[in-house]
Amino acid sequence: MQEMMKKRAMELLADGTVTRVIGWRRGEFSYDISPAVFEDAAQIERDFVWDAFCGANVSKYLIRESAKGRVLAFLKPCDAFSMNQLLAEHRVKRENVYLIGIPCAGKADIDRIKARGIDGVTGIEEDGEAFVVHTIYGDERVGRADVLAERCLVCKSKRHPVYDELLGEEGEDLPDDARFAGVEKLEAMTAEERFAFWRGELSKCIRCNACRNVCPACTCENCVFDNPDSGISQKAAADPFEENMYHIIRAFHVAGRCTDCGECSRVCPEHIPLHLLNRKFIKDIDELYGTYRAGEDDETKNPLTSFTEGDAEPAVVRKRGRA
Amino acid sequence: MQKLGVFVCHCGTNIAATVDVKAVAEALGREPSVVVSTDYPYMCSESGQNLIKDAIREHSLDGVVICSCSPRMHENTFRKAAAQAGLNPYMVEIANIREQCSWIHKDREEATEKAIVLGRAAIAKVLLNTPLTAGESPVTKRALVIGGGIAGIQTALDIAEAGFPVDIVEKEPTIGGKMAQLDKTFPTLDCAACILTPKMVDCAQNENIRILSFSEVEEVTGFVGNFTAKIRRKARYVDETKCTGCGLCTEKCPVKKVPNEFNLGMDNRRAVYIPFAQAVPKVARIDPDWCNMLKNGKCGLCSKVCTVGAIDYKQTDTVLEEHYGAIVAATGYEPIKVDRYGEYAYAQSKDVITSLEFERLTNAAGPTSGTLLRPSDGRHPHTIVFIQCVGSRCTPEMGKTYCSKICCMYTAKHAMLTREKYPDTDVYVFYIDVRTPGKNFDEFYRRAAEEYGVHYIKGAVGKVMPRADGTLDVQASDLIMNEQLHINADLVVLAAAIEPSKTARRLATMLTASMDTNDFFTEAHPKLRPVESPTAGIFLSGVCQGPKDIPETVSQASACAAKVIGLLSKNKLTGNPCVAHSDEWMCNGCSNCASVCPYGAITYLDKDFRMPDRSTKTRRVASVNPAVCQGCGACTVACPSGAMDLYGFSNSQIMAEVDAICK
Repeated sequence: MQEMMKKRAMELLADGTVTRVIGWRRGEFSYDISPAVFEDAAQIERDFVWDAFCGANVSKYLIRESAKGRVLAFLKPCDAFSMNQLLAEHRVKRENVYLIGIPCAGKADIDRIKARGIDGVTGIEEDGEAFVVHTIYGDERVGRADVLAERCLVCKSKRHPVYDELLGEEGEDLPDDARFAGVEKLEAMTAEERFAFWRGELSKCIRCNACRNVCPACTCENCVFDNPDSGISQKAAADPFEENMYHIIRAFHVAGRCTDCGECSRVCPEHIPLHLLNRKFIKDIDELYGTYRAGEDDETKNPLTSFTEGDAEPAVVRKRGRA
Repeated sequence: MQKLGVFVCHCGTNIAATVDVKAVAEALGREPSVVVSTDYPYMCSESGQNLIKDAIREHSLDGVVICSCSPRMHENTFRKAAAQAGLNPYMVEIANIREQCSWIHKDREEATEKAIVLGRAAIAKVLLNTPLTAGESPVTKRALVIGGGIAGIQTALDIAEAGFPVDIVEKEPTIGGKMAQLDKTFPTLDCAACILTPKMVDCAQNENIRILSFSEVEEVTGFVGNFTAKIRRKARYVDETKCTGCGLCTEKCPVKKVPNEFNLGMDNRRAVYIPFAQAVPKVARIDPDWCNMLKNGKCGLCSKVCTVGAIDYKQTDTVLEEHYGAIVAATGYEPIKVDRYGEYAYAQSKDVITSLEFERLTNAAGPTSGTLLRPSDGRHPHTIVFIQCVGSRCTPEMGKTYCSKICCMYTAKHAMLTREKYPDTDVYVFYIDVRTPGKNFDEFYRRAAEEYGVHYIKGAVGKVMPRADGTLDVQASDLIMNEQLHINADLVVLAAAIEPSKTARRLATMLTASMDTNDFFTEAHPKLRPVESPTAGIFLSGVCQGPKDIPETVSQASACAAKVIGLLSKNKLTGNPCVAHSDEWMCNGCSNCASVCPYGAITYLDKDFRMPDRSTKTRRVASVNPAVCQGCGACTVACPSGAMDLYGFSNSQIMAEVDAICK
């Protein structure tokens, strides 16, 4: 697949369809992979990577890159949902991007690999239902389910809702059964337990802003947390609830727009399960307004910013809140 | 440092009985920036207003806080007073210490404390107020009346009479509504058609009135004085401009077994039909559910006999877009379905009928040409039982909690007319209470009971049982005699509750007009503004606002017209300066604000921005049309980056209020 992608990228660069390519490049370590912009065939040949560590969602980078001219992006299904949401919000002009959908069988979580005592990782290869992890001590074979990222274990879709062309086979939507299990566990707690859980998790926040910076729904020109006029921009925490408010406000801001790509939890250096906040919103929206998937298309209105006669009455929402 | 004045109103004892107004004035007087703080029994009175004006002049106040009733009540009064004293009217803030404090609290100490907190919040807000100037918007001098029953007809006629053009949109093929189906009208017993049809004709002939029959309002945008409505003109397959209403097609149409809705399905009409003889417009309509030509392309008889070539099988719906200054809801009512009351056997026996069906059975233009005959066998009924309050004054689970208001009187009318025309009948009326307030109403009911010998029995009917011999066994209790009754009846008439038309809720959503739990439109004030909706520019006529009889409907319809005329006679409306505006440097162009805006006030522009590095960047940014914006604030909370803000209610002002309350 990596070679097919490189070939196609070089072709599109050569025939002038695009001027740049967004893909992934290796960092200091083999698993330390970040999105990168490639401007010529030589760069692609040298640096372009596609393997089971390429979890990063590239869609957000298109806001900036697409403004400079037509750009090619390779999208995993979950990236394609984020892409569509950005198109819906007019953050990216459709004509400025060329989108290639690529299949994804789930990405490996390096922390889960390390947790199995595998160190000195130098690369990863897919081998059926297993990964072969290359290390400086030799190859290790691990079961796919044992090291997949949480978001990939509960993957919502293998289908690309938007693309110009596809490499490989198009997949299908997957059942949502397991995706909300974590949220259900929280819902089953008492309010005090839940409060204690979140206080515990969010107290770990070091306010590095990584979750916000990576989030494809956080695309404000000027974030309220960076805007002194908003009244909530304090850099230094004035009281111990400050970080909690940051995450609560952020969850509200992306409610109905979050595609559940899971990037927030992936990049959190403190391993706070931030995706659970967003998933709770998604679950509530599904239950109150009917199943809605942000990024499904670029036309359907977000249920939180549209009104229909069938909408849940506020009384219903209140009643549920108390229960 | 700004200089503020605080004025605490006693509202007689309305506030002063629960709130220690002197303590409030004293406490707020100690707040920073407050240079004068005082109380007065009636701040809205002339001398109260003078107190405010004098203080503004004497202390050169920059802002004023008035602790009084709801701003809905007197905000305007105080703004005007401030303007007269040279202060910008938008530098006045009201702390509502009546509706939101004194009226809802009993404990004087608590209420006083809360009044002080509310006052502090208003002070925090007014410190951030900026002087605002209201813009103006023009008024489209045309009214839309939705519903062509007697309410809509009367409102339209009165508006037209004042010289303004009116469109009546009626969903049925003819105007006339429910009144056209009635036989006689209480308490004077004049024939409904005789008094209604001349008004229908007046509508048709009035050059200011355009009747859009068989049409429905699909979408309404805009605001008071400047509404735009999309009206779907449903295909009737007959060219309205050509049809003369001669009725030839309706005689020749071979499809004869179509249930006639005008007679509530008690007889049949053709597939091409004119609803009734006096229909306005008198134009035929082809029913596509029954017409052979439309269903399978075989027939075309009506087209052959039509001498003016009005039949058009290819006609399609068209959508008309029109601008209006005012919109009147006159959507009327429907009787409820009575099938669910199994005890009355409506679904089992043809001889259990509703009162509206009874009207048709006694109407000369009805299915029996006005002779009262049993629907089952066409024989003359001798014992007739009327049951009142079927579904009215019920538990919410079983029906409507309200009184339908018209049933007592029309049942008295039915009973009286039956006894007069057929003296050999026995007529019983079962009632919970007989309610006859209204001019000459009680006299009318007593005449039925005393002169016409109608048996009025206080009590409920428990069961109606169809018997093998075709009669109905009515089992009831007589509460006054305290005994159980069995009446062998030939005909049972149910006074079904009335409910708002099913179309009303959809319309209310389109108009952003509020409704009560029963889907009746809510008036702006139950006593003082009974014909206006709280949404500016929307007016209410007839039963869509609450159950009414014809005299009351007509008076309300005229009152409604007076309000519409008042609006349309203005050339300009002063706008509301408290509108949204967008900080273009922060706007993402994400469209969240536009998608929540109920007024369509937000559009997007691609605008060039000079960036700090001297490059130029084209960005998509929101732009608010202040003439269209109503200041609801939905966009300000939908905007994720806080680029949208509202003049007069800015995010920082609201945060300041919250901070002042939580301090």
